Amino acid sequence: MSDEHNCLCAEKQEEELYPKLAEIVEGNRGKPENLIMVLHRAQNLFGYLPKKVQQIVADGLGLSLSEVYGVVTFYSFFSTYPKGRNSVKVCLGTACYVRGGQRALAKVEERLGVKVGETTDDRRYSVDVVRCIGACGLAPAMLVNNDVYGRVKTTKVMEILDSYE
Amino acid sequence: MIKAKINKVDVEVPEGTTILEAARKANFTVPTLCQHPDLTPEGSCGLCVVEVEGFPALRRACVTQLEQGWVVNTNTARVRNARRELVELILSDHDTDCLTCIKNSRCELQEVARIVGIKEITDYGKKRKKAIDLTSVAIVRDPNKCILCGRCVEVCSEIQTVNALTLNNRGFETTISTAFNEGLGNSACVNCGQCTVFCPVGALYEKSHTDEVWKALNDPEKHVVVQEAPAIRAQLGEEFGMAPGTIVTGKLHAALRKMKFDAVFDTNFTADLTIIEEGNEVVDAIKTGKSLPIITSCSPGWIKFMETFYPHLRDHVSTAKSPQQMFGTLSKTYYSELKGIPAEKIVSVSVMPCTAKKFEAQRPEMRASGFQDVDYVLTTRELGRMMREAGLDLKDLPDEPADDPLGEYTGAATIFGATGGVMEAALRSAYFLVTGRELENLDILPVRGMEGVKEAQVPVDGLNLKVAVAHGLGNARKLLDKISGQLSETGKSDYHFVEIMACPGGCVGGGGQPWGSDMARRARRGEALYQEDKSLPKRRSHENASVGKLYEKFLKKPNSEKAHHLLHTHYNRRSKVDGKIVKEK
Repeated sequence: MSDEHNCLCAEKQEEELYPKLAEIVEGNRGKPENLIMVLHRAQNLFGYLPKKVQQIVADGLGLSLSEVYGVVTFYSFFSTYPKGRNSVKVCLGTACYVRGGQRALAKVEERLGVKVGETTDDRRYSVDVVRCIGACGLAPAMLVNNDVYGRVKTTKVMEILDSYE
Repeated sequence: MIKAKINKVDVEVPEGTTILEAARKANFTVPTLCQHPDLTPEGSCGLCVVEVEGFPALRRACVTQLEQGWVVNTNTARVRNARRELVELILSDHDTDCLTCIKNSRCELQEVARIVGIKEITDYGKKRKKAIDLTSVAIVRDPNKCILCGRCVEVCSEIQTVNALTLNNRGFETTISTAFNEGLGNSACVNCGQCTVFCPVGALYEKSHTDEVWKALNDPEKHVVVQEAPAIRAQLGEEFGMAPGTIVTGKLHAALRKMKFDAVFDTNFTADLTIIEEGNEVVDAIKTGKSLPIITSCSPGWIKFMETFYPHLRDHVSTAKSPQQMFGTLSKTYYSELKGIPAEKIVSVSVMPCTAKKFEAQRPEMRASGFQDVDYVLTTRELGRMMREAGLDLKDLPDEPADDPLGEYTGAATIFGATGGVMEAALRSAYFLVTGRELENLDILPVRGMEGVKEAQVPVDGLNLKVAVAHGLGNARKLLDKISGQLSETGKSDYHFVEIMACPGGCVGGGGQPWGSDMARRARRGEALYQEDKSLPKRRSHENASVGKLYEKFLKKPNSEKAHHLLHTHYNRRSKVDGKIVKEK
């Protein structure tokens, strides 16, 4: 599960993406009506929408940064945080919720020191919430990348997370 | 025309009239919160709901146009309950410490709560506590008071086109803030303060200097001098229940004296001085063939806007400091010398209709006297508060003159407070500077009034002087884009001289004016200034004898080296992202 190529060089890799962003923006110069489409493509490129990207999009489309930021924060699909190498998703669907999903989530947040929607500083993990992954019989359930974990006790959380680099 | 019934009353209104307008016309009050006469209705608060027969859901009166034959009820049990529940919901997540709120007794939410009959504040669950934004030197934003009506966002984007504020997130998490929530002090905000004027509650207000001023006034070691902007005399009365547009110059001077200011001067004095400096600058530019137009520099909101969005026009902006800053410098140089009071003992206070003046006063380049030239800036509202604390009611005070030597002024200075006023004042003196003769008809009507962009041509001997005036930054943008276009296409512009004021209506519409103003009120204040101008014996800045004496004794002549050192400034380029100065290569 570890992948050396992905670590530490995230920011350097990001730098290399800006010429591509410039191309996307250039095709929509002065077209504020294309904002959401441009943001989608920018997010596909970067994995998230950092301030610098939003600023470039704003300048290119003829909008202010605050307008772009307003749209980015309105839609939950857009993220202003980079995604981690490992995506941790805690299920808070009804079954998981009543069987302690909230406690499992609290443990994940405490263990990683981030809140839902955020990414750890080392970009190892990002934390999200999902509503039902169809594993109600295993409630509370948690998803790390594509691996499903059932009956997640707070003690088990640490063990699971540690196994992902 | 549309015929309909509102609460059983027959109404007939033109097509396109909203239910709200029609109801008001029929003398029915429908409570509103987000609605404002100067903004496009958004229907975001939902307080103005009414029942329309045939429609199952309640309709928002401010955004629903009345249609033929509709039967509208603005006062049914269902409507009253809906409104009450809505206000209860707002209050359940609102910081309701009304007694200590800056808007106490001036708050539109308080008024609405009273009107809809709120008897208790129901707990609907979650309440958020958010950090107060203290990053700006001019404006404080308290999100715990915010009701998310969106007026501030609308004025910032639609009228001022600054876009510092925006609605973020959604649902219960919705907030109004700057991009990345980095605070007004780290945004493109130009400090115009229109958001503070449009906010119905206590979520946006000026960063107060009243404590500092009281402290200085109580310090026997300090010599505290005060100046009041032209517009103050047309606004302060409203803080004391007087009709908008009541001129209170004499009472204002008396009040300041009673508050124990050591010397009561008048910004109008340096407004006259500004005209001499700026007028000479314009005439010189025309004579020497410098690139035109020259654009006025009195409005600090406009100056930051220019530095941020139009830095390529920097060389066109007059280098003359604003009257506030000229006064500050002179109070700590000329006046200090004249009276033998060391400058470090002088505390220079200004009363301004403006929040951006607070930003201007603390600019690092505004220290020509060797000290911060203007120490504290009070808005009209802050002065009103201090006067109430001091037990003074403006209405009861006698009329008193300002002190010498920084108190004399002409009618040309008074009209600085209204849009077009600086232009008119400058033209009165420029005519004299060019021709050596006095302009006979002093009323230059085409530059007056509330139209967004005004233009005029004034024949001055052989030259047809072409001037333009814009107020409100959205209007300024239209004019500046035109000028920028002319300059980039042909290298020169049609205009000789341009006046720009950041706030709609000019300073009488400033961000520090009394709460609850709209464009109509701004217009009345402006008209009052023209009335004062008309009533004064001297109406041309170059007739101000004290200004003449200042040149004779101290500055030598207009645009002299000393005048340049003390009374002129330079401009920067600023980032659109955080408003900070961008270093030039």
